Amino acid sequence: MTSTSPVYVVNESASGESTVAAGPDSSNHSKRVEIEFRGVSKAFAQKGQKDAPAVVKDLTFSIRKGEVVSLIGPSGCGKSTLLNMGSGLYSATTGTVMVAGQEVKGPVKRVAFMLQKDLLMPWRTIQKNVEVGMEIARVPKAERQAVAQEMLHKCHLAGFEKHYPFQLSGGMRQRAALARTLAMKPDVLFLDEPFSALDAQTKMVLQQDLANTLYNEQKTALFITHDLAEAVALSDRILVMSSRPGTIIEEITVDLPHRNNPLERRKLAGTGPLIGRLMELLHVGDEDAMH
Amino acid sequence: MNYRTIAGSIAILLVFLASWEWGPAAMGMPEYVLPSLSNVWHEFFIMWQHSELLKHTLITAAEVLLGFGIGAFLGLAIGVALGLSPTAEAMLSPYILALQIAPKVAFAPLFVMWLGYTIYPKILVAVLIVFFPVMINVLSAVRAVDPDMVNLIRIMNASRWQIFRLVEFPSAMPALFSGLRIASTLAVIGVTVGELVGGNLGLGYLLVDSEGQGNTAGVFVAIVGLTVIGIVAYAAVVFAEKRVLHYMPKANLATA
Ligand SMILES: Nc1ncnc2c1ncn2[C@@H]1O[C@H](COP(=O)(O)OP(=O)(O)O)[C@@H](O)[C@H]1O
Ligand SMILES: [Mg+2]
Repeated sequence: MTSTSPVYVVNESASGESTVAAGPDSSNHSKRVEIEFRGVSKAFAQKGQKDAPAVVKDLTFSIRKGEVVSLIGPSGCGKSTLLNMGSGLYSATTGTVMVAGQEVKGPVKRVAFMLQKDLLMPWRTIQKNVEVGMEIARVPKAERQAVAQEMLHKCHLAGFEKHYPFQLSGGMRQRAALARTLAMKPDVLFLDEPFSALDAQTKMVLQQDLANTLYNEQKTALFITHDLAEAVALSDRILVMSSRPGTIIEEITVDLPHRNNPLERRKLAGTGPLIGRLMELLHVGDEDAMH
Repeated sequence: MNYRTIAGSIAILLVFLASWEWGPAAMGMPEYVLPSLSNVWHEFFIMWQHSELLKHTLITAAEVLLGFGIGAFLGLAIGVALGLSPTAEAMLSPYILALQIAPKVAFAPLFVMWLGYTIYPKILVAVLIVFFPVMINVLSAVRAVDPDMVNLIRIMNASRWQIFRLVEFPSAMPALFSGLRIASTLAVIGVTVGELVGGNLGLGYLLVDSEGQGNTAGVFVAIVGLTVIGIVAYAAVVFAEKRVLHYMPKANLATA
C-alpha cells in the first residue's frame, strides 16, 4: 500500500473480531490482542426498572498491542460508556470485555485513563499529583519522586513540580494530567476527549507528545474524540459509532505514515479525504443532523 | 485591604468610641442606662481587682475551647460517616433536621439540672450548638466529591480507605472550615447562655451578677470580654484555615 493516495479500508460490518486490518506498523499483525469487546451492550436500569433501553449494543471489536484506535460518534451515543466499561468502572450488561488478556470485572492493573477534565487534586503539588498512582501502589518514595520528575520533564513541566494546580494554565494542567497518566506506566490507555478543552495550538503540541510516547513505548490506546482531524492524525484505526443506541457502524484504517508525528501527518494529502469520509459517516452538515 | 479601607475602619472606630464617651451625657442619659466609655474602663479595673475578672474570663475561654473542640470533632466524624453512608443519613435525616431546628440554647437549663452548677453544662451547650454547622457542611461536602476524581483513583486500584484519605477527606476541607468559622462564634453564644442560666463561673455569671447589682458598666465589661473571646476564636479558625487551605486561589477564601 502506498500513502500518497487516499487509501482507507472500510469493513462494512465490523462484527468479526479478527477483521483487524494492519496499520502502517505491520508488526502489529503478530501482536496479541490487548483490548477486546465481544457482543457488549450496556443499559442503565433505574430502580425497579426491568428492561432499560440499551445505551450501547452489539459492540464487538479488538485492538492489538501497540495500536492506537480512535472512537468517534455523535454526542450521547455511548462513547464514554464504552470507555468506562473498558476501564472497569461500569460492568457490561451483556457480553465480555477483555483487557490485557483478562476479563474486566473491576479496575485492571496497568490501565490508565484521562478525561477532558484534568482532575488534578488542588491540595497537592503538581509533582504530588503525578505521584498519586504510585502512592496508591505503595511505590517507595524515592522511586516515586524520580519517576514523577522524569514524567514532568518529558511533558515539559520541569520547574513546576512544587506549584499547585491553580497556579498553572489550562494547557499546563492537562500536561500534568498526561504526566500523571504516563507515570502509571500503563500498557493500555483509555482517553476520553483529553484535549477537547484546549486551544488549537496547545492541543497540537500535546497531541505530538502523546503520539510520540504511544509510538515509542508501543502502548495501546483507545481514544475518544469529536475532532475528526485529531482522530486521523493520531490513530491507526477509527471506529465510528451510530447514534443511540450506539453501535459500531464503520471501521476505517488510517493507512498513512507518521503515526508518531501528527503534525507531519496532518499535512499529508491523504488526510483530507479521510476526514471527508468521516464527515459523511457522521452526516455532518446533513439537514436532519443540524438543529 | 488597602490603606484607605484600613484608615476608614479606624476612623469609624474612633467615632464610635468618642460617641460612647460623650454621647450619653450629651443626650442626658443617666449612667445606669448607658455608662460612658471611661466608666466602663474604670469598672474593668475594679472587676479585675475585686471580682476575679481574669479567672472568669479564662474559665469562659476554656469552656468555649472545649465545647468548640469536642463539637467540631463530633461534627466532623459524624458528618464524614453520614456522608459516606447515604442509607444511614436517609434514616437519620428527619431527626437531624428536628434537632437542627430546635433552639440549642433552650437545652441549657436542662443541662444545668443534670450536671449542676459546674462548667460541664456550658460545655455541653457549646458542643451541641457547634456540632450542627460542622456536621452539615462536612456531610454535604463529602457527598459533593467529584465522582470523576473518585473514578480516576479507583482505576488506579485505590482501596476504599485510600479513596477516603486521598480524595473525599481533602475535598471536604474548605467546607469544614466554613463550618468552623460559624461554629467558633456559636460556641461563645452556647457557653454564655449556659453561664447565664446558673452557676457562679465565667463572664456570663459576672454579667448576671452585675445586672443584679444594677451595675450597668459591669454588664458592659462582661459583654466586651465575651466579644473578645469570640474574636480570638474566630481569628484562630481563620489562621488555621489559611494554613490548611493555602492551595486555594486567594479569591476563593472568604475575607477575614
Ligand atoms: N451512569 C449513568 N447512568 C445513567 N445513564 C447514563 C450513565 N452514564 C451515561 N448514561 C447515559 O448514556 C448515554 C451515553 O452517554 P455517554 O457514554 O456519556 O455518551 P458520549 O460519551 O458518547 O457523549 C447518555 O444518554 C447518558 O445519559
Ligand atoms: Mg463522553
